[in-house]
Amino acid sequence: MQFVQNFPFMSIILSLFSGPLSSIVGGKAAKRINLAVISIIGLMSAAVLAFTIRSGDSYVYTMGHFPAPWGNEIRVGIMEALMALIFCIIMLLCMLGGVYERERELEESKQNLYYVMVNLLLCSLLALIYTNDLFTAYVFVEINTISACGLIMIKQNGRTIEAATRYMIMSLLGSGLLLLGICFLYDLTGHLLMSNIREQVRILRAAGTYHIPLLISLGLMSVGLAIKSALFPFHSWLPDAYGYSTLSSAAILSSLVSKGYIFLLAKIFFRVIGFDMVWDSKVVNVLFVFGVAGMIMGSVSAIRENNIRRMIAYSSVAQIGYIYMGFGLGTTAGVIASIYHIVSHAATKSLLFVAASGITDVSGDSTDFFDMTGAGYRNKLAGAAFTVGSLSMVGMPMFSGFISKLLFAQAAMESTHKMLPTLIALAISTILNAIYFMKTVIRLYTPEKRVVLKKKNFRTIAMTEQPSKSIALVCFIILNLLLGLSSEPVIALFRSGLGMFS
Amino acid sequence: MNITNLFTNYEEAVAMILFGIGFSNLLLQKNLIKKIIGLNIMDTAMYLFLALKGYVAGRKAPIVTNGIQDVEAYINPIPSGLVLTGIVVSVSVTALMLSLTIRLYRRYHSLDLDEISTRLKKEGL
Repeated sequence: MQFVQNFPFMSIILSLFSGPLSSIVGGKAAKRINLAVISIIGLMSAAVLAFTIRSGDSYVYTMGHFPAPWGNEIRVGIMEALMALIFCIIMLLCMLGGVYERERELEESKQNLYYVMVNLLLCSLLALIYTNDLFTAYVFVEINTISACGLIMIKQNGRTIEAATRYMIMSLLGSGLLLLGICFLYDLTGHLLMSNIREQVRILRAAGTYHIPLLISLGLMSVGLAIKSALFPFHSWLPDAYGYSTLSSAAILSSLVSKGYIFLLAKIFFRVIGFDMVWDSKVVNVLFVFGVAGMIMGSVSAIRENNIRRMIAYSSVAQIGYIYMGFGLGTTAGVIASIYHIVSHAATKSLLFVAASGITDVSGDSTDFFDMTGAGYRNKLAGAAFTVGSLSMVGMPMFSGFISKLLFAQAAMESTHKMLPTLIALAISTILNAIYFMKTVIRLYTPEKRVVLKKKNFRTIAMTEQPSKSIALVCFIILNLLLGLSSEPVIALFRSGLGMFS
Repeated sequence: MNITNLFTNYEEAVAMILFGIGFSNLLLQKNLIKKIIGLNIMDTAMYLFLALKGYVAGRKAPIVTNGIQDVEAYINPIPSGLVLTGIVVSVSVTALMLSLTIRLYRRYHSLDLDEISTRLKKEGL
């Protein structure tokens, strides 16, 4: 056992303990602790990633040194370490980008409570990524939900409280179904550790018994996690929650929280049930249909929206649809495309939220579409960043969104029945994306009349005025270009990571 | 597939019916308090199911006091542990939901989520 192998456990514990610590210190100190913790965990995840690449295999870390069927385990491979690293980078940038909004919008006495929530959220995300135990995963799913609810409602107004209530109701329905699925699976197999369940499922499958209960349990877990990650018909809470909460919350919620659940679902498919069983069960077809519906309907709702934050939020619904469509293809290539899209969407959507706040800053804090005329000239960096994000979402070459669309199309080629619907849905969704994102970009670069500018008292923001937001935006742009221009090594890492998954 | 299985395992059937009642209440009720009651029924149904799975007639909790080491004398304690964990989780989410309800009621003097939504839209905030 090398020292670096302790890092996944340490990063979970570190973020868990920094939560309560933030609650007893002041707002400024809590902010520093939070930034330090995220950076340290990012560095540790990078070290773990380097270790797993070098060793070429995943390893199991037994908690409390109890052997397999009894103890709790952490299992780390390339995929987990890479995900943890990327989540840390994006969370750090989201926190940097939203510093001014947090100081302006949150009450002075509640500043430190925000960081409690963020630290606990990071802890639960890391635990969801690393854990090898289904019930532990359930508990951390709930912690994730509670802290995400706190992030939504910490900015106190009627809208956010209502959004938080709706979010909680949907999430609780989802976690109820997830828990029921886990209980069924435990009842059938007698294990909670993922690898042990897998063995038992294989035996049950070979014997041909308990086929229907296994199917029901798989369906319950899939639907539960789909509800929690806002797959199309369950997205009603999403636009309000993302549209009215404070900036870092919206960015973190859209880019990380829903992705944690999807990652858990991928884990259930590959490590708990086994993808051959999932493929035979036709559950993937249901996910495929809802994913495609989400791709189209999310974009249609986004086109009809005049509020820029809500528009970006509806675009998330469409992107979640892409991810589920990739799972629905039922091939390894489809899953790799989905996992790449998790990363690419996380990088792009948080960029868009931060850029949109830069745009509304120079438009008299109005989120209305028509007040944004010419905002690209008033805040140059935010305008450029929004353009980059939009081009990436639409799928222009050079940006990360293009690679994920390409991967989806390539994966669709392998599946005979789903090839045509996938390609058609991709084409329609790309056009719809282009309609609302390009409409906004054009509006940003349409010069506004001087008279109107003077009347509405719009100000201009230079790049140096809000340094941390500028740094975050530049980093996001670089991250996007990196993912888009040198996608090969990342995809290769995902491919080998997926091989270690099961 | 035999319908008589349903009667021999009637406890599990009851748990599932309760789960359905709780789930549909949480989903369909307009009143927030009734939603929370639905949530609690749903969670309790799950604990009933888990407790049933952990119960074997005639066996005891695995605490060795009388020197009997035989595995057959004891039950598997893990389901009970899961029930306890689940109760902790559901207590915290119930508390959170209740506090949200109080906030909403103080602001809008209503427990009806749809009515609150329409009033929010009218405010145009």
